[in-house]
Amino acid sequence: MTAPQIPDSNPRRAFIAAAGAGVAGLGFTVIAPGLHLMAVGQANAAEARKAGTVASPAVRWGLLIDANKCAPGCTKCIDACHTENGISEKLPDARQNSQWIRKIELVDRRNGRKTELPMMCQHCANPPCVDVCPTGASMKRADGIVLVDRHTCIGCRYCMMACPYKARSFVHAPLTQQNPEVPRGQGCVESCTLCVHRVDKGQQPACVESCPEGAMTFGDLNDPASAIAKRIASVPTTQVRADLRLNQGVRYEGI
Amino acid sequence: MLTPNPRHEEGLFYLLAAIGGLVSAIGLAAALYMEHSGHVVTGMNNQIVWGLPHVFAIFLIVAASGVLNVASMGSVFGRVLYKSRAPLSGLLALAMISGGLAIIMLDLGRADRLMVAATHFNPTSVFGWNVILYPVFYGLVAVYLWTMMERRMNPYSKAAGLATFVWRVVLTSGTGSIFAFLVARQAYGSALLAPMFIIMSFSWGLAVFIVVQATMYAWNGMTLPPLILQRLKNLLATFVAAVLYFTIILHLVNAYFAKNIAFEYFILFDSEFTVAFWLGQVLIGSLLPLALLFHPATRTKALWVNLAALLVIVGAYYQLHVFIIGGQAFPLDIFPGYNVKSSFFDGAVDSYSASLPEILLAVGGLGIAFTMTTIGVRVLHFLPQDDLAELEAAGGITD
Repeated sequence: MTAPQIPDSNPRRAFIAAAGAGVAGLGFTVIAPGLHLMAVGQANAAEARKAGTVASPAVRWGLLIDANKCAPGCTKCIDACHTENGISEKLPDARQNSQWIRKIELVDRRNGRKTELPMMCQHCANPPCVDVCPTGASMKRADGIVLVDRHTCIGCRYCMMACPYKARSFVHAPLTQQNPEVPRGQGCVESCTLCVHRVDKGQQPACVESCPEGAMTFGDLNDPASAIAKRIASVPTTQVRADLRLNQGVRYEGI
Repeated sequence: MLTPNPRHEEGLFYLLAAIGGLVSAIGLAAALYMEHSGHVVTGMNNQIVWGLPHVFAIFLIVAASGVLNVASMGSVFGRVLYKSRAPLSGLLALAMISGGLAIIMLDLGRADRLMVAATHFNPTSVFGWNVILYPVFYGLVAVYLWTMMERRMNPYSKAAGLATFVWRVVLTSGTGSIFAFLVARQAYGSALLAPMFIIMSFSWGLAVFIVVQATMYAWNGMTLPPLILQRLKNLLATFVAAVLYFTIILHLVNAYFAKNIAFEYFILFDSEFTVAFWLGQVLIGSLLPLALLFHPATRTKALWVNLAALLVIVGAYYQLHVFIIGGQAFPLDIFPGYNVKSSFFDGAVDSYSASLPEILLAVGGLGIAFTMTTIGVRVLHFLPQDDLAELEAAGGITD
């Protein structure tokens, strides 16, 4: 017996949208969503995105993390992320600090096997954070990168309730020393952008570049010739909480 | 019947309105402080993202739609007893939803961007639906009140009442669905939450109505006719029992699923929420009120019925505290089968204690509801007046 094919598009989302539009139709004309991203060209994964062009849906940016190579105690990827994205605040209650990427130590309950891995926004194809955001500030770019629009985030934190990976942080205090390329804002929610400002320039995310073990591979999941796609085709990889069928852009091996 | 001294009574009214206004103003000031300093001044964090303000806001919003049930029973289902109570029920609904929404909106990280929520609509978001559900609720209740209080509009009151009733069912389903449409956390993500929130609204709304009505009767030196008291307390007991039933089913089914056993054990037996659940929600909020409402020694006495209604309101606070805060305090199961730890407190049970600004904001919402109610009942004609002969003729208290 073969398992039923699960389409990539998310029927849940379509259903909720239809129901929501129904509710809207009861009392109002639906207001147009705030942001449309349209594909008008093919981006080359190896090149920078040209100024004035938009992200391409032909590309699906992804990350493959080899937990076997992730060195215990190493925080180079976290340090690089913080430097790149201007995350420097140290609030008295550590639970209020932003963490776009963190190292998780895992111990298998069955056999005691220990693993470490970096965890960040999983850049789902069907992201719950995008579904629940009332203003559409939480959005998925055509090339699969999940972002928060700083200008339309109202700070309701519903996306943080919805994210299964605890990937999002709320900016609890005024910010200083921001990186001009990575605008952040008090009262807004934020998470890993896959270093979209670097990717658009044809560079790798800062965490990938900083890993001394080469445990992270970045690339276009849709391009069969890319290193990441080849690796995923040749070794067993895992999507975290695959049971939720969110189709993440971040994959792991060795767990 | 006791006739209050008009001057003394007027002074008391101004005092109450001033206290309500002051509490509301302090709540607003607390919100401005939070807006200026950031949520660093609250007890909320990146795991427990919704705290005490949300507990109070959701209570007010849920009870607001529930209190309208009294009016619906009069207009939609033709019960004479409830018709005279419909205007008060409408006023309370508007007052409480105003307080609840004020808390939610002022707690936003960017409350200044409220207009963005109105101009950017995401149809997949239950929060987005609420942006439509709440203003329409306001409008419908206002029109409904108008049809009831303006004699020439009386013929339209049944139609307005029906529209309001349907809308409030949708609205409370929407409030429950905020949590029902969450795949991540073990406490939520159940379709049961939508109908459960509706029955919770019936219970909490009627409890608030009974308490406010008792206060107004006492203020005017009047006594609620015993037969009316009996009907209201029977209804309240039914709703309280129904909420308890939903609570039992929700936890029982959740506890059967192996993936949720740890969470259920956490809430029911091994956390700071255990006492709040058993003592606050079950004993104070459900069993004690039921005992007071059914025991022969207490069920016919207004004092005990009012106390039962007050206990239901206290129990509602504990129920939402356990549901909202407890549901977030338990760590996400990101890696089932693994013990996990991290600098972001993965795998760790979180704790939460509300800071002063968020307590003041939450209480400020209550202040708004209180002030609107106090001024409303003073300025307009909201005191229920029963024609007992008409009630008997309509069979409104015997069926």
